[in-house]
Amino acid sequence: MLELENIAKTFHAGTPNEVRALRGVSLKIEPGSFVIVIGTNGSGKSTLLNAVAGSFIVDTGRLKLKGHEITRWPEHRRAQFIGRVFQNPFSGTAPSMTIAENLALAAKRGRARGLGWALGSSVKTDLYERVRAMGLGLEDRLDNAIGSLSGGQRQSLTLLMAGLLKPDLLLLDEHTAALDPKSADQVIRLTEEMIRRDKLTTMMVTHSMHQAANLGDRLIMMVQGRVLHDFQGAEKQRLSPEDLLARFEEVRCSEQLDETASEMLSRQYV
Amino acid sequence: MTLLVGSFTMGLILSLLALGVLISFRVLSFRDLTVDGSITLGGSVAAILLASGWNPWLATLIAFFAGAIAGTTTGILATRFQINGLLAGILVMTGLYSVNLRVMGKSNLPLMKETTLVTFAQSFASSEAKWSFGRWEVSVQDICVVVMVAGLISSVALLMYAFFRTNLGLAMRATGDNDQMIRALGVEVGWMMTFGLALSNALVALAGALLVQYQGFADVQMGIGMVVWGFASVIIGESLVGSRQIGLLLVGAVMGSILFRLLVAIALRWGLNPNDLKLVTAVFVFAALVLPDAITHLRKRMAST
Ligand SMILES: Nc1ncnc2c1ncn2[C@@H]1O[C@H](COP(=O)(O)OP(=O)(O)OP(=O)(O)O)[C@@H](O)[C@H]1O
Ligand SMILES: [Mg+2]
Repeated sequence: MLELENIAKTFHAGTPNEVRALRGVSLKIEPGSFVIVIGTNGSGKSTLLNAVAGSFIVDTGRLKLKGHEITRWPEHRRAQFIGRVFQNPFSGTAPSMTIAENLALAAKRGRARGLGWALGSSVKTDLYERVRAMGLGLEDRLDNAIGSLSGGQRQSLTLLMAGLLKPDLLLLDEHTAALDPKSADQVIRLTEEMIRRDKLTTMMVTHSMHQAANLGDRLIMMVQGRVLHDFQGAEKQRLSPEDLLARFEEVRCSEQLDETASEMLSRQYV
Repeated sequence: MTLLVGSFTMGLILSLLALGVLISFRVLSFRDLTVDGSITLGGSVAAILLASGWNPWLATLIAFFAGAIAGTTTGILATRFQINGLLAGILVMTGLYSVNLRVMGKSNLPLMKETTLVTFAQSFASSEAKWSFGRWEVSVQDICVVVMVAGLISSVALLMYAFFRTNLGLAMRATGDNDQMIRALGVEVGWMMTFGLALSNALVALAGALLVQYQGFADVQMGIGMVVWGFASVIIGESLVGSRQIGLLLVGAVMGSILFRLLVAIALRWGLNPNDLKLVTAVFVFAALVLPDAITHLRKRMAST
């Protein structure tokens, strides 16, 4: 489904602010798999998802999605295959437009938008049913501006929008991080339901070890722009939150070791 | 009374300007200064075509498309070449000044005997015909002009309302509201922005075309300060309708334009020096932009002490 071949991305290259956010990531993701991505802050998780979505063009490496070589495709062109939910609940919806209008926008993801009515009666009943099925009681507020909803409600709707046209690839970037625990649980429940029902190929970034251990059938751990661990199958199913924390501890130790080691070296040689 | 009808007609004509500015300023959140140039462009294109004996409807339509080209240019500068939006508008506006001089061949072009949309409307009544309302008398010809302009503006506003409810129109609104989201939904934001600016400036040029036919001349200076005029109308319109719903915004822009024109007529009647008009308008827009925030700020301060 998705193939990444040694992709790299450096921000502000050649300046003092240079950040090597991705340093050669290769991944092959099978159709229908649900990949969890974890890693410390700044390890490049969001950058990885952005590279796939096309927020920028990678410096080196190749991306293939559904048989298409998409390395140089701009973001809007990749959108025909990709559904996205951002970390910030405000990023995924147009606040001054109504719930129905936002959903109608998503109902045309990656397709030609012409002069047909966006909210014809059949579209409207369809959207009504989809919102009702979420069980949040938002179906009677379809004509309210989406900006008047809570972060959790907006994130649930963004999720519905991302999945409305069954994307070939669903990208979730810490989409529950900004929510209170109850809303976060709700959004996770909706996420699981949707992925299972529509058999969506998914990449989900999370900081919750609980989510990381319980969800998905594959887990990738990123460190400093690289994939450090890649757990699949039975190995992934055995992982507990404690195991994952232990892995983080290892990374922390080795990073500290790196720092002291390099300090020592620089003292000796410089 | 004639003065009142005149201001009302003028306000109606300039509501096309307000509708155009509404698209760039509110729908696309793009501060487009092309307007000063494109209203004159519409005026000069219409004037020169009318002076060469073209059919007034056709001349007006061509002015509309000329405005669309101006807007497209600003859009391309801002999106393809990544020039700051304000600067892109200023560049095109400045360039248009020369273009407008070229189009007209001189800085001022009177329309005397030519058939215009206005003379067309007037032809439905005799010049002596008067209607009296109590002690006021109105020329029926003036009424004919108002009716024609009102009909035109209502059709434009209705078309815009319909457009903003289509898939394409929805995508345009979302472009100004949350471009990150709409890009992720497969819309090329740069293209959509350019298309919106084309539409906006086409409407502005249409206002210019009607304006020269109404006042009977085109002048290369006629656009100066028009963008601020448009902002003022949109802002007044918003406070009149008190909503950001697209249909109400459209109605508001038209009402705002008319009200603003009437206010200006009254102020001039009370002895405001016409030369000070632009300064007063600028101060008014400044106040309208900062006062709402300042008032909420003050309220909060008062509430906390
Ligand atoms: N658009 C950008 N411009 C400049 N630097 C960037 C940009 N995006 C990311 N970076 C940098 O790249 C590095 C990786 O960032 P990224 O957001 O991918 O980390 P992350 O793993 O998602 O972290 P977090 O858990 O905090 O979200 C960081 O050092 C970040 O500052
Ligand atoms: Mg991140």
